[in-house]
Amino acid sequence: MPVYLDHAATTPLSGPALAALTSELSRSGNPSSLHGSGRRARAVVEQAREILAAVAGAHSSEVIFTSGGTEADNLAVKGLFWARNAADPARNRILVSSVEHAAVQDTVAWLEKHEGAEVVWLPVDADGMLRLDALKAELDGGADSVALVTVMWANNEVGTVQPIAEVTALAAVHGIPVHSDAVQAFGSIPVSFAASGLAAMSVSGHKMGGPVGVGALLLGRAVKLVPVQHGGGQERDVRSGTLATASIAAFAAAAQDVVEHQPAEGARIAGLRDALIAGVRSAVPDAVLRGRDPFDAPEQRLPGNAHFTFPGCEGDSLLFLLDMMGIESSTGSACTAGVPRPSHVLLAMGLTEEAARGAQRFSLGHTSGPADVEKLVAALPEAYARAKHAGMASHVSTIQTASTKHDTSNQ
Amino acid sequence: MRVLAAMSGGVDSAVAAARAVDAGHDVVGVHLALSRMPGTLRTGSRGCCTVEDSNDAWRACDKLGIPYYVWDFSERFKEDVVQDFIDEYAAGRTPNPCMRCNERIKFAALLEKAIALGFDAVCTGHYAKVVQDGNGNMELHRAADWAKDQSYVLGVLTHEQLRHSMFPLADTPSKAEVRAEAERRGLSVAKKPDSHDICFIPDGDTAGWLAEKIQMSTGDIVDESGAKVGEHPGANAFTVGQRRGLKLGTPAADGKPRFVLEIRPKENKVVVGPQALLAIDEIRGIKLSWAGEPIPQALAGIPAAGLAEPAMSETFDCHAQVRAHGDPVPARARVEMTDDGGGSLRAELLVTLIEPLRGVSPGQTVVLYQGTRVLGQATIDTARSLARPAL
Repeated sequence: MPVYLDHAATTPLSGPALAALTSELSRSGNPSSLHGSGRRARAVVEQAREILAAVAGAHSSEVIFTSGGTEADNLAVKGLFWARNAADPARNRILVSSVEHAAVQDTVAWLEKHEGAEVVWLPVDADGMLRLDALKAELDGGADSVALVTVMWANNEVGTVQPIAEVTALAAVHGIPVHSDAVQAFGSIPVSFAASGLAAMSVSGHKMGGPVGVGALLLGRAVKLVPVQHGGGQERDVRSGTLATASIAAFAAAAQDVVEHQPAEGARIAGLRDALIAGVRSAVPDAVLRGRDPFDAPEQRLPGNAHFTFPGCEGDSLLFLLDMMGIESSTGSACTAGVPRPSHVLLAMGLTEEAARGAQRFSLGHTSGPADVEKLVAALPEAYARAKHAGMASHVSTIQTASTKHDTSNQ
Repeated sequence: MRVLAAMSGGVDSAVAAARAVDAGHDVVGVHLALSRMPGTLRTGSRGCCTVEDSNDAWRACDKLGIPYYVWDFSERFKEDVVQDFIDEYAAGRTPNPCMRCNERIKFAALLEKAIALGFDAVCTGHYAKVVQDGNGNMELHRAADWAKDQSYVLGVLTHEQLRHSMFPLADTPSKAEVRAEAERRGLSVAKKPDSHDICFIPDGDTAGWLAEKIQMSTGDIVDESGAKVGEHPGANAFTVGQRRGLKLGTPAADGKPRFVLEIRPKENKVVVGPQALLAIDEIRGIKLSWAGEPIPQALAGIPAAGLAEPAMSETFDCHAQVRAHGDPVPARARVEMTDDGGGSLRAELLVTLIEPLRGVSPGQTVVLYQGTRVLGQATIDTARSLARPAL
């Protein structure tokens, strides 16, 4: 069994989720059908909706099931922009943090390119924390032109927990809706949609022990959205498509299980994370922790997240060497072609491209234990030494070749 | 051995990796990301390093049961290959970017990283053969299938680079055989078209691509006597041997078509002349390297040992090839030490072609062979027809 330190990418299916999934997969019925099978499936979906609403601090009619976090982000950001912009064409600005996941970042960039949106990238501090003063200045300087504000609840790379309550309070003064991508936060730290003041909040099943392919957008009852996809009019006419009964049931079971155990499990995982950080710091003194230091501000970092930059090496070299030793980590966030690029999150935090290339994220979850931390700490010094030896791919190779040999001695 | 298989996503590198696995090596597949903005899908035989190529390489590794990674060399590629390509054209030369990529990326940047990470060799799907002589010296030879032979684009590799290179397709009788083997192995890339053209110019329009990168200005087209016969929109857009698109106002005295003989970037002039003057008899090459031990001394009967700084070699017989799929022609070559203009000596390769070659441009690489063996190479600095008086 490899040491799995990539729970932020996906975490293994939890027991309750597996039970709900397998039980529902063996049954049939379209929740929109009007006969007995349909009603049975509908009842499962509605029960899941109530469970999810309860653990997320929302009303059940505020739960819009989606195929996952990315769809929820697209629906919220595009839907809010289109609805607000249609109601008042002067509202074409989107205020967005500069450390968003690609699901929000690229959606906003698409709106800018194709739909006439004007995007304001809000700066963050050196730990990746949103600069509230910048948000306030943008709002004070022209709230009438703002369509929406979107700020993630917790960052997927460096684990920084954003001041969502302050963001919504600032926006509320001007009556501006706020969306938050809470994919990493929900289940890891206490999250209440009702208390947050958010208009919309994205959550995902597989980051909390549910299956991949299901998520939800929590959407305030009074919030108007223009749908992204059209069809049968399911989910408040906002998200058409046959509801995935089994996945939804499993998602709700996972969410209930995780949120119920969150206080104790959060503390346990934070303890492991602290041991991991201390271990890495002593094994590799050069390593630099990125994001909030949990020893200073435990509330401002996700309990399962540890993120370092390792000077003088490529994150992908380190990942490769650790993988060969049976330790699975990440350079930050997965991406389509598997091409590691310097993280926009680290660049927004003020790191140089070179420093950002040495990133490695270790994320813990419900299957993690002390042995995982010990194995990482034991393997890291050698892996780091080798990765450093391999150097930076951006640097000129030291291998002498025909066009680099300008002296005559080797010719 | 621990072997890093460089996987382009094509059939050759997939079969090469498969053979390395069969040979009992501990193989890891690596795809080189060479573009920061990879395209999504390939279009026919054009382009390279798309997400589709990456996925094809990935699926091949899955089939072979070996790990797969993507390593980013986009910055190095941009500087060492793409920028070099632009600079060379801007200087009026015709570079070979594939050769440059082998020299600086695959068998330098990638190889260096591989060795540092614990690998012994880099394996590619090139059709060429590395053998070791009795003294443990590496030699590079043509592949068994001369039609597919790629020893030319590897001719720039040094002894040290060859020592860590593995080309499992060396003895394959034909490309068809490789495709059949891929099919047998269940590799989905078995029928994938071969790559052509320059990978970073996906639409194949090199002149159009260069026009965006190089400042072009109008100048004169002159004939071999120096007389103006027309104007051009930018000298760098022309290549030696080109006939079309010259739009000459003044016809040649003999009424026969004229060809680009030479590009003079400093004067922004394009020199044209009759086809006969395209035949090149003499090449001078710089930046030479030997694909193995420094050999011309040995060839010339001078003991190789202890000759780190050859002053000048005897003339030796060989065959010269100036493009990837060009025919080798008989030649005689020797190394000369000349003043580089800055007061220090540099080695130059003087190649006399016994059978003249057409369309030879500065910037191209001349690779020397003896039989199947690659001796070494040089970048062509000047190429001239002895029938043509100097201007």
